[in-house]
Amino acid sequence: MTLSTGHSAALDFAQPEPPDLSSGKYVKLWQGPQHPGITGNMSLELVLDGDTIVSCKTHVGYLHRGFEKLMERRSFIQNFTVVCRIAVPEPTFNEYLYSHAVEEISGIEVPERAIWLRTMNLELMRLASFLMWIGGQSGAFGQYTVPNWTLAYRDYVLDLFEEMTGARIYHMYIVPGGVRAGLPDGFEERAREIMKGAEKLLDQIERVMFNNVVFKARSKGLGIITPDMVDPYGIVGPNARACGLARDIRKDEPYLAYDRLDFETISGNEADAYGRAYLRLQETRQSINLIRQCLDHAPTDGPFQADMPNVLHWKVPAGETYVKAECTRGEYGYYMVTDGSEFVRRVHVRGPSYTHAIAVMERLAVGTNIADIAGLMVSLHTYPPEIER
Amino acid sequence: MNELLERLQRHFDVNNINVLKPGMTTLKIGKDSAEILIRELRDREGYTHLNFITCIDYIEDGIFTLVYMLHNYDSKHTLGVHVDIDREHEEMTSIHTLWAQAWTYQRELREMYGINFPGSPRLDEDFCLEGWDQIPPMRREFDTRVFSEERFGHREGRHSEVPRVHMKMELYPKRGGDEE
Amino acid sequence: MIKTLGTEDTLENAGLTDEEQQLFSNARPRAYEPYPIKAVEDFANWARANSLWILAFGTGCGAIELRPLMTARFDANRFGVAGRPTPRQSSVFIIGGYASVKTLKRIIRSYEQMQGPKFVIALGICPINGGMYFDSYNTVNRFDQYIPVDLYITGCMPRPEVLVAGIMELQNKIKAGRCDGANRYVENFDWYKANQKKVIKNWDMPDYNW
Repeated sequence: MTLSTGHSAALDFAQPEPPDLSSGKYVKLWQGPQHPGITGNMSLELVLDGDTIVSCKTHVGYLHRGFEKLMERRSFIQNFTVVCRIAVPEPTFNEYLYSHAVEEISGIEVPERAIWLRTMNLELMRLASFLMWIGGQSGAFGQYTVPNWTLAYRDYVLDLFEEMTGARIYHMYIVPGGVRAGLPDGFEERAREIMKGAEKLLDQIERVMFNNVVFKARSKGLGIITPDMVDPYGIVGPNARACGLARDIRKDEPYLAYDRLDFETISGNEADAYGRAYLRLQETRQSINLIRQCLDHAPTDGPFQADMPNVLHWKVPAGETYVKAECTRGEYGYYMVTDGSEFVRRVHVRGPSYTHAIAVMERLAVGTNIADIAGLMVSLHTYPPEIER
Repeated sequence: MNELLERLQRHFDVNNINVLKPGMTTLKIGKDSAEILIRELRDREGYTHLNFITCIDYIEDGIFTLVYMLHNYDSKHTLGVHVDIDREHEEMTSIHTLWAQAWTYQRELREMYGINFPGSPRLDEDFCLEGWDQIPPMRREFDTRVFSEERFGHREGRHSEVPRVHMKMELYPKRGGDEE
Repeated sequence: MIKTLGTEDTLENAGLTDEEQQLFSNARPRAYEPYPIKAVEDFANWARANSLWILAFGTGCGAIELRPLMTARFDANRFGVAGRPTPRQSSVFIIGGYASVKTLKRIIRSYEQMQGPKFVIALGICPINGGMYFDSYNTVNRFDQYIPVDLYITGCMPRPEVLVAGIMELQNKIKAGRCDGANRYVENFDWYKANQKKVIKNWDMPDYNW
């Protein structure tokens, strides 16, 4: 299949004219921030004609904490406790990318064992995050059984995190130079047990959710992303893969131990809400497979932390880098500039939701039904905290 | 890769070419030809993905450095285009016609640094902040700690320490925190 | 019967335009008065304590632990806790961690729209003294200057077990009749309002959101 992904002049992403509210034909409705059908704390300003959306504006900033400013006035070792708070459901990607950027600029080599432990940690995070996402997607279409299953099962994965790192949500496990600890005794058996259960759960979810006629009827044809939209809108991750583009940073530009793991990039052929959901289900299975491979290959002894300079006055040499990783939503990146002092000059965090939740959402929402807007939003997998940071 | 840079150097006044690592290069270009260069990179050279636009504040030199990070999916190469603009006349050509997400970044830069992008849609709408009445917060002369204490106060009983000083006191208490 | 209020009893609603002044009430909130018979009040408190309905407003990162709390593993429904989508139906407002200025405005609005008796739980360290965002330009440092807090659950993140313990503690407090946050808000209304207006610069809503 040939896909045209280049920029075509026909694709118009100019801002549409705002509808004339005084005409009495339209109703303006705010979805969020206080609304159960919204992902996180953000809001959509919808203009409706009947129950069809004619205009959508995304408002963000309810979670803005000014991380990039705060990081400029904290030392390098203090920063790693801060970065994991940037994306609440997936903190480890922030930890990894921040550590990796610092290591790359200061030329620190990470030991082999730490590389495998980091890979395992990131894949566990992907599994936990996808489980929560599946629950969210199903709940957005009014089925409350699947969220109860997946969120309860996600808790077992969080238990693994607790064993591995000591915390459920904010792990602060991946530090510059390596990781904070090795694996506890018996972790491997317990992890394998939980992976087995997760696979069984995913089979059940496929039966209950993906074969459900209501879910199919509501998600098929909702929010179709065409391949020619992908580049002009900066769509990445599963949203781009679902329309047939095999783009995965884990495969294309391997980082950590991904070049030694056996997996294939999954891509779908229909980029509606159903296609994206099914792709994510397959990626969850792939993630379980990758965790198993990590458990097989990870060395059990050896150092897990490189020799580090005295962190009390650690000066990172002047430099600049951009590092990225494939998180559950696509390309997550850290751009770091240092100037040779004890503080970072500039960190820019690039979250994939930045475009998914604003430019893409505002386009896809037009023409959909008000009842489907929550499902559409979840199917783009947006996390507000990484937009506003 | 080198061919691309040679081609660019033939047509544009690019300088400070810096290979950061395999697969990533940065270059610097003047403010006026930046938009044409980015358009050229997108349309002819296959840099179809805009990773992000950001800004670095070099207050000591009196400049803002805008960074446009572009990615080529075919050659798996990332190109950072740096553009210096004057800190006093902070204005830059808008590229919102090239990528759909560009105007969001420009809106953020407008709010966080005060940089103007003439023609960019919804530029002066609130993005993250609401009712902000100070200088743009990401500028380096804005002291967030002082502002936070003034505006939000702090609870009695909380005190914070500089970790370096505190750790030195913990590690070398007998010498009064003196390392030597 | 509509009680005519004197000028000293009404709010100015200075943030509203003349047209909007007509649309919103300018009455002051009134404090809750307990039933004169103590046994009746105790019974009412017992009933309140066992049907805590939480407003579905994830104001910060603390919201992530509310989902495990409400679903199968920790199952807060055992304690009569349920999530409600609208402030009109809820009695508990869980502040999920830090409050940025933009959210604080919505928190105030949602909180004032809640029907009494209402209770506020603040999660995490950030509402207490700013936590790790003590120097951030966009998050408030002391949440109790803007909204009265009945119970703090500290930690970052507070675990679901702690949330369960906190809910039980809140129930005990309600049963003992010691949850008077909403009354404190009414009694010190001008002080709270002044604090709120100090940080929220574009005040374009009524002074009290009935």
